[in-house]
Amino acid sequence: MNGFVDRLLGRVRLGGWLAVAAPVIAVAFAVLITSVVLLIAGSDPVEAFTTLADYGTQPRSMAMILNTGVMYYISALAVAVGFRMNLFNIGVDGQYRLAAVVAAGLGGAAVVPGVLNIVLVVVVAVIVGALWAAIAGLLRVYRGVSEVISTIMLNAIATGLGSWLVSEHFGVLTGNDLGTRPIPDDAHMPGIPLIAGTPVLVNGFIVVAVVLGVAYWVVLNRTRFGFELRATGKSESAAVASGVSVKKMIVVTMVMSGAVAGLIGMPELLGASYKYSNNFPAGLGFTGIAIALLGRNNPVGMAVGALLWSFLDNSSNQLQLLDISKEIVQIMQGVVVLSVIIAYELVHRYRIVAEQRRVSRELAAPQEAPKAGAAA
Amino acid sequence: MKILYGMQRPDEGEIRVNGSPVGFHTPADAISAGIGMVHQHFMLADNLTVLENVVLGSEPRRGGLALDFAAARKKIKEISDAYGLGVRPDAQVEDLGVGDRQRVEILKVLYRGARILILDEPTAVLVPHEVDELFDNLRGLVREGLTILFISHKLDEVLRVADEITVIRRGTTVATVNPKDVTSRKLAELMVGSELPSPETRESTVTDVVALSVRDLTVRTGDGRPVVENVSFDIHRGEVLGIAGVEGNGQAELVEAIMGMRPCEAGALTLGGADISQWSTLRRRAGGIGYIPEDRHRHGLLLESPLWENRILGHQTRRPNVRGPWIDRAGARADTRRIVEEYDVRTPGIDVDAATLSGGNQQKLIVGREMSGDPVLLIASHPTRGVDIGAQAAIWDHLRTARAAGLAVLLISADLDELIGLSDTLKVILRGRIVADVDPANVTPEQLGSAMTGAGEGV
Repeated sequence: MNGFVDRLLGRVRLGGWLAVAAPVIAVAFAVLITSVVLLIAGSDPVEAFTTLADYGTQPRSMAMILNTGVMYYISALAVAVGFRMNLFNIGVDGQYRLAAVVAAGLGGAAVVPGVLNIVLVVVVAVIVGALWAAIAGLLRVYRGVSEVISTIMLNAIATGLGSWLVSEHFGVLTGNDLGTRPIPDDAHMPGIPLIAGTPVLVNGFIVVAVVLGVAYWVVLNRTRFGFELRATGKSESAAVASGVSVKKMIVVTMVMSGAVAGLIGMPELLGASYKYSNNFPAGLGFTGIAIALLGRNNPVGMAVGALLWSFLDNSSNQLQLLDISKEIVQIMQGVVVLSVIIAYELVHRYRIVAEQRRVSRELAAPQEAPKAGAAA
Repeated sequence: MKILYGMQRPDEGEIRVNGSPVGFHTPADAISAGIGMVHQHFMLADNLTVLENVVLGSEPRRGGLALDFAAARKKIKEISDAYGLGVRPDAQVEDLGVGDRQRVEILKVLYRGARILILDEPTAVLVPHEVDELFDNLRGLVREGLTILFISHKLDEVLRVADEITVIRRGTTVATVNPKDVTSRKLAELMVGSELPSPETRESTVTDVVALSVRDLTVRTGDGRPVVENVSFDIHRGEVLGIAGVEGNGQAELVEAIMGMRPCEAGALTLGGADISQWSTLRRRAGGIGYIPEDRHRHGLLLESPLWENRILGHQTRRPNVRGPWIDRAGARADTRRIVEEYDVRTPGIDVDAATLSGGNQQKLIVGREMSGDPVLLIASHPTRGVDIGAQAAIWDHLRTARAAGLAVLLISADLDELIGLSDTLKVILRGRIVADVDPANVTPEQLGSAMTGAGEGV
């Protein structure tokens, strides 16, 4: 059972073509299932997918897909940091929303001018996210409270706290919309004209997202800290015997996950809406969980997953033109995640058997091999 | 035992129950064939009543859905009275003592219709008068026509309770004897094997320099019961100190305390003159303690990581594995290749997962890793458990070579040949205390076995 969770959370590597085969099979399978659902509903699946693809390849849509994808990706990274260590930070959602509220309130107050304000907003968001997540980490270490439970409850508290902050402290009423004071123009994150043929700019935070993705990979795979984190995730008992302080790792990992979570709302806050209001996107933390599962905590895999997810979300409205309910997209997203999990499980079993066979074959095969090597 | 209870499949051979061959795939099969198992560690839910625990998983139904507690209570009463178990069905399990819990376990098995009971080390957790009560219960069960398979390391108990004794050593049946015909000494001899390893004419490499000094070490369980009590010893450079004892007498806790994985009270714990009692596990490792853990899968390896990452495990602060905060992949990989070569780890490469290696090769990798970085002290817990004979000989050789080079070794083993063959000094641990010092050069296995099992304390 434990082994299955390890594989579910992508702590088990799949090498070579297998790593690519599994998600491709999964997406193909999801398309198949969705087609069946569409057929049952009396729609033409070919037409539906063509519409989605057409929409998704237009420059304007591509820019929008990238923009949403950036937020999804950062969210997935925040979740994945915990996943790699067996920590289920379900609280990414509350962490980013609370971080965004506080950061928006401060940014709107414009204590410092221009670029400094951007930096201040980002730093504050990171700190708030980290502190909020640290509560769950400390509860786990000192009181043995499962982080799953505590983060879910902290999500609810974050919602209440955020509403209170907006209505009592930071809020200004514009029309019907109660939100924080807008961040002044000089502290807006500039967009990048990345996609030709559309006036829609790509959010400047795409750079931050790429840097985060690289940093995630480097820290986990190339540093001692990352090694200890992965070792703890794979076998807590072996980590303890190897001198890893599991308590410290839990707190540090939660803090890191929360710090990254604090950044999720930043592309929206500094690059799109410039304030926190009722329209601020919610639920990104849960999207991040799905994408982390989809991308197997792999930085590239999660990027692909984030874009796929964002593509489906952005193009779902187009289906209504065909008289197809846009909720069909949610079915597809759900099926993709499930089939990825199943596909990886199957591929993993195949790989284990194949590798064991290979090892025993190579060892059973003549003992001469090493001797010949030594003689040469 | 696991095979009898359907938890594992046999590779060959057959099991017959009442003369007819059976094949078990799951414990449920074993239960339906009338075999019940009472585990060493109780499998009871503390916050439920005895009644609820007993029926858990085989609840009597009434009208399809409702639980028929009345019927269950009646049945439990009947069983309890028939075998004189004295179980109160409505007591809360958390309020019961150990002996009572054990009777609940037995009742649970009987409730499911078992006619053959397997008891795995049932006395390990009991105090003497509880043992007497258990034996009375067992005799009652036997009188009622049940069959009991009683597994124990304690010779005197086996002699007292059994009608027939089968001795198993290293997975094979050594002998089946009648308790009336054997003495406890004879049984000990059978248990540990009477042949000593060929006497080794090796020179002692023991020096006067103390590598590890342990004084008055006590480890307590969560409820304050001492599992290691006032243990003191010195290991010198170039010395192998063996700890003999039946498993579960505090060896694992002793090792974990020295490694800093478990809190302990110590008069003093010094490594090469430095007080290490407040050091973290990592610092102790970096300070020169190598550790071959008892359970390599749980404590020694990341099974689903490649060999070279396993080389880093436990050595993640030291060269050649790291440079500052960075993992030195090239260094770790090169050193893994060296270990694979020097310690003859049979593997197609260093990128395969540790899980794909055989137990012996996994262990050789661990031994190689723990010998790296010039350790001062090596804690070897059952270093050759579950490895093939070739790997065993290789590991012994490596230990001897390292000892000659001045390594201090704390050797914990259940294999008496290994202990006698490798140790310079041998201590016997029983119920968490060092009960005897023996000279490995002229100890007989009977003496050692008797001391270990408590059959004749004070050798």
